[in-house]
Amino acid sequence: MADAGVYLYGVAQDLAPDVLRDLTGVAGVPVRAVADGGFTALVSTVDLEEFGETALRRNLESLQWLEATARAHHDVVDAVARTAPTAPVRIATVYRDDDRVRELLRERREELTEVLGRVVGRVEWGVKAYGTAEAAPEPPGAGDGADERPGMAYLRRRRLERQSREEASRRLAEQAQEIHATLSEYAVASRQHPPQDPRLSGHEGTMILNVAYLLDQDRAETLAAAADDLAARLPGVRIELTGPWPAYSFTELDATS
Amino acid sequence: MTEVTWAGGSRSASPQRSDGPSSANLADILERILDKGIVVVGDIRVNLLDIELLTIKLRLLIASVDRAKEMGIDWWEHDPTLSSKHSDVIEENRRLRERLAALEGGDGNGRSPAAEEGDGSPAVDKGDGSPAEEEKAAEKKTAEEKAEADRG
Repeated sequence: MADAGVYLYGVAQDLAPDVLRDLTGVAGVPVRAVADGGFTALVSTVDLEEFGETALRRNLESLQWLEATARAHHDVVDAVARTAPTAPVRIATVYRDDDRVRELLRERREELTEVLGRVVGRVEWGVKAYGTAEAAPEPPGAGDGADERPGMAYLRRRRLERQSREEASRRLAEQAQEIHATLSEYAVASRQHPPQDPRLSGHEGTMILNVAYLLDQDRAETLAAAADDLAARLPGVRIELTGPWPAYSFTELDATS
Repeated sequence: MTEVTWAGGSRSASPQRSDGPSSANLADILERILDKGIVVVGDIRVNLLDIELLTIKLRLLIASVDRAKEMGIDWWEHDPTLSSKHSDVIEENRRLRERLAALEGGDGNGRSPAAEEGDGSPAVDKGDGSPAEEEKAAEKKTAEEKAEADRG
């Protein structure tokens, strides 16, 4: 590779060296370690033809490239996070060489210690709630306005429809709050994400909640049981759990300044 | 009904399913690795906030956020646990929306530049909110209402 860069996936603490063996990263290349004082940076050597500045600008616009790279990035972080506390780095972070990565580990030692300390023995679970079609109340019976003139009955029906739509929205927002309030009790921290686009996620119904919870590892089943309970109690709401995730949403560290 | 999807493949705590890492939803992965995690400046400077990312950001993020806001749902903007990074994303969405409006208005016909270029770049999806579609929907509705009123 004439022009090579070092792609960084994340940083792990006290990682056993053999975890990276046989691991494949972005663009199908192997993953290796750059270690410094207890921290291990997970890296791959990549071709700047694909990961250089110009190439990245172009490639990040392609959903196909983004998906392949995102999944590869995630798979590496996920495999490592199962065995050691891991802080993922945002996608497409590329360095000139290993020395620059080692420099990062040294300069950010304090912040890394703090961030990784927060997620030891913990996992992230995603909870999404959807308002389904049956949440909308039945429109009032057609016979109600039988003795009214057609125009009046029509206007009245329109008004009632609008009111019931507004009420349905309000109820969904309340249900979302109740779900979050209940599930927060099982978590040590939470982060709310904006709703997803159904064209990407493929979901049905209206996404009324999208939260990440940071849990002690052994609390996952308790959280799932509580979610089941809520779903049974709240009509017209579907709750979806995803996880366990590496603690993506709880390792934010802005080291750009 | 609660659905449980194990994002990370088999793990000791997974009692039910383990579909392997690739089973995770792309939307779930992207919202995490585009906006979360440690942000450090690499030597290859691609600042995801500066890059246009028209395809990804406009089509996949803004549309859903606007739709939810229309319903009065905007929980993520008031979450006290949100970091400042997140408001950056909201702000970024606003800037991108402005830029899209400028691009679409630029040629005077309301056609997006992507549509003119043809196959080169992916067309910007205007979603259900585009003026043309709204107009069409409104016409259709008027016709339906008229038919309904005539019947009654």
